[in-house]
Amino acid sequence: MNVTIVDYKVGNIGSLISMLSRLNIKAKASSDSDYILDSSAIILPGVGAYDRAMNSLKKLNLIKVLNECVYDKNIPILGICLGAQILGKSSEEGDEKGLGFIDMDVIKFQNKKLSIPHMGWNYVKPTRKSKIFKNLDSERRFYFVHSYYFKPKDKNNIESFSNYGDDFVSAVSKNNVYGVQFHPEKSHRFGLQLLKDFFYE
Amino acid sequence: MNKRIIPVLLLKDNVLYKTEKFKKPKYIGDPINAVKIFSEKESDEITFLDIDASKKNKEPNYNFIKDISSEAFMPFSYGGGIKNLFQAEKILNSGCEKLIINNSFLKNSDLARTLIKEFGSSTVVCCVDIKKNFFGTYKIFSHVKKRIISESFDEFLVRCADIGFGEVIIQSVDNDGMRNGYDLNLVERARKHLSCQLVSLGGAGQISDLKKIIKVGADAAAAGSFFSFHGKYKAVLISYPTYNEIKQISS
Repeated sequence: MNVTIVDYKVGNIGSLISMLSRLNIKAKASSDSDYILDSSAIILPGVGAYDRAMNSLKKLNLIKVLNECVYDKNIPILGICLGAQILGKSSEEGDEKGLGFIDMDVIKFQNKKLSIPHMGWNYVKPTRKSKIFKNLDSERRFYFVHSYYFKPKDKNNIESFSNYGDDFVSAVSKNNVYGVQFHPEKSHRFGLQLLKDFFYE
Repeated sequence: MNKRIIPVLLLKDNVLYKTEKFKKPKYIGDPINAVKIFSEKESDEITFLDIDASKKNKEPNYNFIKDISSEAFMPFSYGGGIKNLFQAEKILNSGCEKLIINNSFLKNSDLARTLIKEFGSSTVVCCVDIKKNFFGTYKIFSHVKKRIISESFDEFLVRCADIGFGEVIIQSVDNDGMRNGYDLNLVERARKHLSCQLVSLGGAGQISDLKKIIKVGADAAAAGSFFSFHGKYKAVLISYPTYNEIKQISS
């Protein structure tokens, strides 16, 4: 297995590499287009601000590369946190357009009674038995840290809900493109199982 | 959703110590070993504070941060001696999730503003140390200057809210290492100004203390001694609540 973590200077790549090494997957962080196009699976990490992420992808000429990965080569791709938000079309956090692989916008939590960001361990309720959740039966908890969340237009793209005051969409997918709002690389055995299933199921 | 319970480990020269009222550092052990244990116990998060870095003007030890990160399968925050964007970026690239600033924010808001703009508010945490003065008034304490500074607690909190930290850790110097419970008023005061994640640190001695601080409005309960020592003779023993206990703390 030849996993590439897209290194676009946004986010914590170190923890992904160490989590994947527990699965005996040797992942490489790269921003090299040939290398990315040659992967058997891609992880798009991301921490920080929406516009900064999109601008960084632009600067590295990776938007076209990722489009080719998704539409021509059908390489499975997993976006994490901000890396998942930019799979959509836009965000209230910024002015830049997203990658648009999934028809969704990203909007801000508005509940004044809750501390923002939503930070900590929360449960995930899958909408179906898809590959990323199928082996997590009883306990499905993951670490979240975010102030914005996915709002998909097509409910068929919804993989799971979580609750913070209200239900919100915590994972999305379309064909081979997956996005999770939480951090599997920082979610103990639960995250480990999810990543394992993403790569091997 | 459960509230977060966070072990806080203090570093001096890359080994662990625990203080009492910011004094009398007692040797605890090897940090990597401690992270492994907390990882096995599935702790919610883990926080490392280098209590010497700012005092001695030391550069963060990036390789050490990498070593910790490779054993931490939960979010890991680091604080100690962060002075500029370049260092912050290197720390995050070493596998740390959240940057904690303390001393730089006592001076001014510049670094905090830069880091929040660059990495987002969820990545930047302010840790503030509070000490009561002779009259029992809450004051901001500088561990570098080893004294109270002039800015008032309320002014400081307003500055925290304006700058937009994702998380603020309120630490009681007076309760540090005493295991007699948190200062509940401190968190209630802070809550009036802050809608971000609010973490209480200093004083936890038993599970019921964690529950009490959550009840008065903390989003997370952090502790050092409580997770490091056992019994009144303070034998070093790393512990962490079970998942069922955490559920009860939050309920």
